[in-house]
Amino acid sequence: MSGSPRHFTTQLAVIGSGIAGFAASIFAINRKIVTAQVGNTGAVAYTTGYLDLIGKLGGTTDPVTDPWQALTRLRETEPKHPLCRVAADDIQRAFTEFTDFLGTCGLAYSSPGACNITALTPVGTLKQTLCVPATMAAGPRALAANAPCVIVDFKGLKGFSGAEVVANLRDRWPQLTTQRIVFPGMDRGEVYPEVMARALEVPATREKLAVALNDVAGSAEVIGLPAILGMHRPDHVLAELERLTGREIFEIPTMPPSVPGIRLRELFQQVLPQRGVTLIPQQRVTALSFADDGATLALSDSYGPIRVHAQAVILATGRFLSGGLEAHPAGIREHLLDLPVTQPADRSDWYRERYTDPRGHPIHRAGIEVDDSFRPLTREGRRHHERLFAAGVILAHQDWIRGRSGAGIAIATAFRAVTEAEHFLLS
Amino acid sequence: MSAISLCNATPTEATTLETEVLIIGGGVTGTGIMRDLALRGIHSLLIDKRDLCAGASGGNHGLLHSGARYVSTDPAAAIECRQENALLKRLAPQCIETAGGLFVAVEGDDPAFAEQFPALCRNAGIDCDELSPAEARKLEPVLSEKLFKACRVPDATIDPFHLAMLNVAHARLTNGSVYRPHTEVLRFEMADGEIRAAICHDHLHNRPLTIRARQFVNAGGAWAMNIARLAACADVHLLYAKGTILVSNDRLAHHVVNRLRSPGDGDILVPGGTVSLLGTTSTRVDDLEHVGPTAEEIDRNIREGAAMIPALAGARYIRAFSRVRPLLQAAGNAGDRAASRGFALLDHASQGLGNFCTITGGKLTTFRLMAEKTSDLVAGRLGNDQACMTATIPLPDDEACSWTEPATALKHWHRDRDADDMILCECEMVPQSAIEQIFAGSPGAEQERTIEAVALRSRAGKGPCQGSFCGIRIGSWLYDQGYYRDATGLAHLRDFFDERFKGQRCVIWGQQAAQMELAEALHCGLLGLDTLEGDR
Repeated sequence: MSGSPRHFTTQLAVIGSGIAGFAASIFAINRKIVTAQVGNTGAVAYTTGYLDLIGKLGGTTDPVTDPWQALTRLRETEPKHPLCRVAADDIQRAFTEFTDFLGTCGLAYSSPGACNITALTPVGTLKQTLCVPATMAAGPRALAANAPCVIVDFKGLKGFSGAEVVANLRDRWPQLTTQRIVFPGMDRGEVYPEVMARALEVPATREKLAVALNDVAGSAEVIGLPAILGMHRPDHVLAELERLTGREIFEIPTMPPSVPGIRLRELFQQVLPQRGVTLIPQQRVTALSFADDGATLALSDSYGPIRVHAQAVILATGRFLSGGLEAHPAGIREHLLDLPVTQPADRSDWYRERYTDPRGHPIHRAGIEVDDSFRPLTREGRRHHERLFAAGVILAHQDWIRGRSGAGIAIATAFRAVTEAEHFLLS
Repeated sequence: MSAISLCNATPTEATTLETEVLIIGGGVTGTGIMRDLALRGIHSLLIDKRDLCAGASGGNHGLLHSGARYVSTDPAAAIECRQENALLKRLAPQCIETAGGLFVAVEGDDPAFAEQFPALCRNAGIDCDELSPAEARKLEPVLSEKLFKACRVPDATIDPFHLAMLNVAHARLTNGSVYRPHTEVLRFEMADGEIRAAICHDHLHNRPLTIRARQFVNAGGAWAMNIARLAACADVHLLYAKGTILVSNDRLAHHVVNRLRSPGDGDILVPGGTVSLLGTTSTRVDDLEHVGPTAEEIDRNIREGAAMIPALAGARYIRAFSRVRPLLQAAGNAGDRAASRGFALLDHASQGLGNFCTITGGKLTTFRLMAEKTSDLVAGRLGNDQACMTATIPLPDDEACSWTEPATALKHWHRDRDADDMILCECEMVPQSAIEQIFAGSPGAEQERTIEAVALRSRAGKGPCQGSFCGIRIGSWLYDQGYYRDATGLAHLRDFFDERFKGQRCVIWGQQAAQMELAEALHCGLLGLDTLEGDR
């Protein structure tokens, strides 16, 4: 591993491979921008498959049913929130463009609607989200209709208990019951969702599972399963299982890393290179420098050093889990350029006393500052560089966890960052 | 404490209980008294307002002193420690790791103090081998290169949870003595110079409970002064010192490593199975209920500890906790670390009471001796002349009590591995059969089949993920088994994560910040444990 660097030239370089980074690449190729994307894709596997916009507002515990109305409220109460820098129409367009793209790749999603969807969680609580994969859509419908439904779980599958889902939803969904079965061919020891999902790509496994499901479904019209309906063709696996059982079927996301997250990661890694993106998914950018004629990313893979020369760069490196931000005892830093990070004055202010405090922890509102063109700012409030844009949850003044707005911030700000980068590239 | 009942079983018991001796306080001392009395044929009931080792017993390094720490300040305490250390190694080896201890002096430490140390140890009868810096660094390569003197002493580590559970289990087996967690004394019913009954609240079933006994023992540790005052006894004078300890993700040293100087902050690193514990700061406090580590205490411990072991400066820490040590208020103005680590047994005769006593102060290493002295007094008052047997009878083993030891899970994995017995805590390899065993046989868990009860009695939730994943798996399993049948399980899950967080809050940086972000995205973002309905 030595020798002279290999050079790639591109119009746009996207740094980061979470939802924001992938959304940025999708928006860029849809606009015919030559794009390279670099960054470890690990964090995508931790997503649930649900695409939230706003599910909670400002420290309240009430669920948000109308995210668009909530957005109007947010503009009044938290004007610095990144979502407040994006027009509602643009957010709608961004979600539509993103979910349409996934649909054309075999992973159909519901379109962004006027209201949130009340979706199920693996412990039987409910969650407000904007778009759900087609494989999960029948669950919220059945809940709303109080349809006779059976949650089927599997011997050997840890962390997913139909009894738990039913116990916590019984008051709201009296027609919900549960049954446990053995997954075909996996009757001993622990079973893993990812393995089950890949097994269901095989028709014979689906046929056996359909028989087992019908054996226990009784009068239930709808069957809920942990998320295991195939890895690469979930829509097809769902359709086939519904045909074989004669019942509606839906998935509930499991503990991360769960199948819906792994599906997204595998889809991005497979499809984006086919659509012309230069994707370097397993490496971290170690240096980023700017000159008058462009930016240079430095990284290495097992064959040696790589240099990516780009006309514009979108920084979508995420927070602590993805490495965009680093929490040091002395303070929070931005990893790549040491951009100034807006943050609490002292480490002892990072977290509140109580973990599940609905108001959230101040550390999550830390992040980098951008102007209205989504260009990061220096300490003096000037643009770091005209070629640099930023998107996703690295941005300050939001708490994507308490706000249930991770995908929304990622997709909406990626849309705006790509739009601004496109203006720059065309000028 | 949340407003939700801790109980997930139907209450059916009587609300008045009778026993010969009521022991208040489920720390190591209280459990030691319970066992000691049982071996003398005396029945007791042990209660704790929370659960076993909820105070200083569960919030220390787990150090079994050789006595060497006290040779310069308190030779009598040093000798006591030496004797108890040898005795416990012989009688309760299942709770002890004979790690050995090093005392090390580094550049800047007082050479005169270091020089006289071996002789002081010898005077107290404590084995002390002088090692060259090179020998010491060969034993523990993490030691500073600035080391100039090192001595090896017979320090060891002891698991107070395992010890407390075995004490209770042995008492139960011996004469049917009973332990009840979550039972708090509210007041005493007194007449004719005696306590007749303790009026308690049963937090488990959320109802009042009266306990009648002939003798009452206050083993409340830091809470002993408050409990004594309920019986109008004004002769217990305690000061409270908050100690803060950090837990590292890895075990950094095989030995207990002590700083060879006068006791101070960050002067000891104790192995605890797969982790190390770094301590201790000492700060005077007035409030017993709301103590927690501060960033300043954390930084001070790390800074001081790094002088002995430089790797401590960059180590990954998974927890920090603070507990209050009860210190006996002595005459004069000696510092908290100086002359106050002895124990006191008060018979309260001067307060006009003939059947109440208080045992407090002291340290983990001398718990058995404290229990012996207390039991001598209580037995004498009951007219029982049976001698103490805890200095000669070994503490029997009980696998249901052993899941707090990291080695148990490994042994189980190698010996009994059944593919269908799934590992619920993956960091610490705790299988579902361990939980069944704990519910079936671990003291105090019979009625409380909850996540918190499992966590106290096993390694579950003690690894790098600090329960954020295994808590959910254990919760699902408890629902599966029918121990939870409604939203109580989720409230318990939330309370469990809130409780674990108290120990994480001050050490969240580096990798822990990433771990925490993931945990919070799961617990709050997906599962909505920050907004559970109906209980806020």
